Amino acid sequence: MKAFKRIWVLLLLAPLSWAATEDYKYQFEDPVLQERYGQLIYELRCPKCQNQNVADSDAPIAADMRAKVYQLLNDGFTDKEIVDYMIERYTEFVTYKTRLNWFTIWAWVLPGLLGAGLLASLFIRARRKSSGATLSEEQQAKIDQLLEKKS
Amino acid sequence: MNRLIFFVPAVFVLVVGAVFTWVLWIDLDTETIPTPLKDKALPAFSLPSVYDADQMLSNADFDGQGYMLNVWATWCITCRVEHPELKRLADKGVNIVGLNYKDSRAEALKWLAQYKDPFSQNIYDEEGTLGFDLGVTGAPETFFVRSDGTIAHKHVGEINSQLWESELKSIYESL
Repeated sequence: MKAFKRIWVLLLLAPLSWAATEDYKYQFEDPVLQERYGQLIYELRCPKCQNQNVADSDAPIAADMRAKVYQLLNDGFTDKEIVDYMIERYTEFVTYKTRLNWFTIWAWVLPGLLGAGLLASLFIRARRKSSGATLSEEQQAKIDQLLEKKS
Repeated sequence: MNRLIFFVPAVFVLVVGAVFTWVLWIDLDTETIPTPLKDKALPAFSLPSVYDADQMLSNADFDGQGYMLNVWATWCITCRVEHPELKRLADKGVNIVGLNYKDSRAEALKWLAQYKDPFSQNIYDEEGTLGFDLGVTGAPETFFVRSDGTIAHKHVGEINSQLWESELKSIYESL
């Protein structure tokens, strides 16, 4: 019975050890580097997987990328240099944050243009309306007369 | 004229909706990644030969010839499927360089002895370093390299005679 219980405890603990199998390989002495490592592998996308990041993927290529990130961090690369290094080899696909280029710039420019167009048209309308609403003294007098008559 | 302006949002929504529907409708390939190395030079490397650990191969050994760089491994099932076609092409005089990727030398040698060697040269990339620089995500992958050392095309997956005739042959001949 005691052995049975022990097996149960071990089975319940098994997933924890699974999650920790690789972490031991990539330990940094500097906690800042450790944090940057965690952040980078979280933000890089595995090129072989359907939208899984490098941290979560079991694909061999994801393991290679983790090893590369570890190596480059130790070599003193900045975060941007590391992401660029990956993009150079595995294209924009590996980053979730798409970089600004002549294709993606439209995602920023178009809404701006639309907003500006909308504001401009509203402004022009407002001005037209107010200018149309000015009456000559004569007309104003006539209106006053009519309104008085009615009341 | 002024009334027409009220249709602008409706037209806008329809146009944007049509574009989105169209993008969903066409079978957009979101899985294959085009190689960022197209028209760029093959990354610099210095790796041993599969046959001889002391013989180092580097870019200079391949200058002046157009060739296909086939990334393969003994753990790769599709490579086994592809192998007879590579052999057939090699026998016809197609220049194929083998890049043995993340494999064991003993296994690779056994494979080359057993299934015959279609490669003019055999590069042994045990750690997958050249593979990484090439943006290889698995095997088989085949790079078409021009005689000036630039990459013309990358083919992911198996090469079979149908694909060879329909698209790959003309690429090879243009190298």
